[in-house]
Amino acid sequence: MRTSFRHRAHPQDPRNNFLCFEQQLRPLPLRSGFFVSALPDMGESARMERTDADSIAAVLKGDTASFEPLVAKYSPRVFATARRYARRESEVEDIVQEVWSKAFQKLSSFRGEAPFEHWLMRLAVRTCYDFLREHQRNRETSFTELSAPESDWLDTFVAAPESASDEASAARELIERVLAMLSPAARLVITLLEIEDRSVKEIAELTGWSVPLVKVRAFRARAEMRKCLQRITREKYL
Amino acid sequence: MNLDKLHNKLVAVARKNPPGDQVPYAFEQRVMARLSTAPRFDEWAAWARSLWYGAAVCAAVAVLMSVWSFSPDGEQDLAANFSQDLEQTILSPADAENPW
Repeated sequence: MRTSFRHRAHPQDPRNNFLCFEQQLRPLPLRSGFFVSALPDMGESARMERTDADSIAAVLKGDTASFEPLVAKYSPRVFATARRYARRESEVEDIVQEVWSKAFQKLSSFRGEAPFEHWLMRLAVRTCYDFLREHQRNRETSFTELSAPESDWLDTFVAAPESASDEASAARELIERVLAMLSPAARLVITLLEIEDRSVKEIAELTGWSVPLVKVRAFRARAEMRKCLQRITREKYL
Repeated sequence: MNLDKLHNKLVAVARKNPPGDQVPYAFEQRVMARLSTAPRFDEWAAWARSLWYGAAVCAAVAVLMSVWSFSPDGEQDLAANFSQDLEQTILSPADAENPW
């Protein structure tokens, strides 16, 4: 029922004109019966989705200012995603601005079949991937010496893996260093699959790759990461 | 050193320390200012632009083909030789069978 409502409520659906869409989304009193019967127990989430849909409809009608609530609401998620792929805050801000710029330009292609957040996150992940590919030349292809804390953390890990702290900043630096050494596709797959713990299907939807391609890239990414770790440990212990 | 263990440990570290989701002050306003100054994406303009690119490429190909068709006689000689060779090759068995 929920899906069919969303589908019917879509502004560009040929079976519904735009006015009809607006009427369906108007909270009260118009067609309130429809809401009660179509959305019996959606509660807060339904109201939130209606707010998003309202804003999107207004932006599509030409009211650019209605885009601001969407930016305010979803920017934290987009920032958290962008910070996984870029270290410098200026780069993170550039990525997020690019995401919102694309979202604004492509808003008419949002079909309302899935929540706006999902559509936006797909856009964010693809923008981050583009960023990684653009900055591929800058990645740490040549191995640089580990810092003293990183080296100490690695020594602790070698001596007793369980005693090496997960919270140590040196460990965070080390994983950041290893991720920076990976190719863009490998970094994206490792981040989504292993760090964010997403399924292969979810990754396929986020990236636009096919499921077999994600599996192949995941296999290669693990091999690539293993090589990087091998290189780091060889430099340190040999 | 067990690299698999190190891999798992580093992934666990990354999982335990997710990046922050802080948004810089007045970021929404910055985005809105940028959106209002940026020209809105016009699909028809993009389509027209791609048609012009296509037309330019077609014109270039047409010019190249014209130049090629007016190229020196060497090509014609080659074509004549080729037809002669072809005829000779095809008729050679017939010539061998009928020596008179």
